[in-house]
Amino acid sequence: MKTHPRKLVVIITEGALENTLAREVIALGAHGYTIADVRGRGTHGTREAAWAADRNIRLEVICDEPTAERITQAMREKYYANFAMTLYVADIGVLRPEKF
Amino acid sequence: MGLDPVVLFFLLGVAARLLRSDLRLPEAIYEGLSIYLLLAIGLKGGVELARQPLVSVLPQSLAVIAMGLLLPLIAYPVLRRIGRFERSDAASIAAHYGSVSMVTFAVALAFLNDRGVAYEQYMPLFVVLLEVPGIVVGILLAKLGSDVRHIEWKTLAREVLLGRSILLLTGGLLIGWIAGPKALAPQGQLFFDLFKGVLALFMLEMGIVAASRIRELRRAGVFLIAFGTLMPLLFALIGATVARLIGLSLGGTTLLATLAASASYIAAPAAMRIAVPQANPSLSLAAALGVTFPFNILAGIAIYHWLALRIHTL
Repeated sequence: MKTHPRKLVVIITEGALENTLAREVIALGAHGYTIADVRGRGTHGTREAAWAADRNIRLEVICDEPTAERITQAMREKYYANFAMTLYVADIGVLRPEKF
Repeated sequence: MGLDPVVLFFLLGVAARLLRSDLRLPEAIYEGLSIYLLLAIGLKGGVELARQPLVSVLPQSLAVIAMGLLLPLIAYPVLRRIGRFERSDAASIAAHYGSVSMVTFAVALAFLNDRGVAYEQYMPLFVVLLEVPGIVVGILLAKLGSDVRHIEWKTLAREVLLGRSILLLTGGLLIGWIAGPKALAPQGQLFFDLFKGVLALFMLEMGIVAASRIRELRRAGVFLIAFGTLMPLLFALIGATVARLIGLSLGGTTLLATLAASASYIAAPAAMRIAVPQANPSLSLAAALGVTFPFNILAGIAIYHWLALRIHTL
């Protein structure tokens, strides 16, 4: 199986940012994204998603390295200070490089 | 008169949560019920709005909007000076208290219906009008002195105006207004007769959600608890006075006092999180949802009704 190296950027953050981030990653060059509602526990306590205001999302973007660089940079600068946010990047292989 | 079943459902939710039951209304059902409540309230108001001459509703509406702008301006200095909150936190909490709670309004409607107290049926219009001004003033208070051009008003407008509550209340008002009572009669069984039962179910979930804020409340301290009960009393007095000045009936006075006393925990948190991200969202939610909402449901509405009675015998 031949795969092509890409980056998987995963952002776990507050649901309030959903629309803003969705627009932003596209503007930064991502071709698409996947969003899921999630629950969990971290430095901001247990986030049960019991209320619209403490909903959490996981936003995933598969993209090339420069785009991943831009996205992580933008997240750090704009949201780290005031929002609950976990961000990580993984190396993955995709089958259709033209798609990402 | 026995305790209102709506209140008992709320207490059941609170008890379930405190006993650490994992009872929850499935999210889709909760959302469905809230859509139903908003539409039902809107429709009923709209039907009545069609019968009102616009000239009499317009000046009342302006007075109500003015009240919505005034309330956060009263709350803010109290939060700053006595509560010693930072500017962004004080502004955010003030915005929550300037805006309104649709569910509290719905419980007050049920309260008046049970007692056969008449009210202006177009009152839901005022819920729509009161939702936004408090939030806008709160945002401006937070940005005081800094450059307001940096606020993304477009994003905010989409979040607030196209949020569920304003969209459905306004939509319901318009549908009721255009269709009129006759055309809506076949839907009446669903939208009007079932209202109280649906409200009871919804209050079960509200009990669970409100009780889940108790831990944060312990951290937030005595000031927020005092603020969350005393500020609504003062706001209710202002609401009742405004209601009297614009010539609302006894029931209408109770409703406007309740609206003034209620705090938003849906529209305001979403808007403030985007507009004032430095503000700690758990402070305002603990106060609005953990203190003021239960206070209004359990005692506030009855007090505001008593207040309305007093003001109407003056």
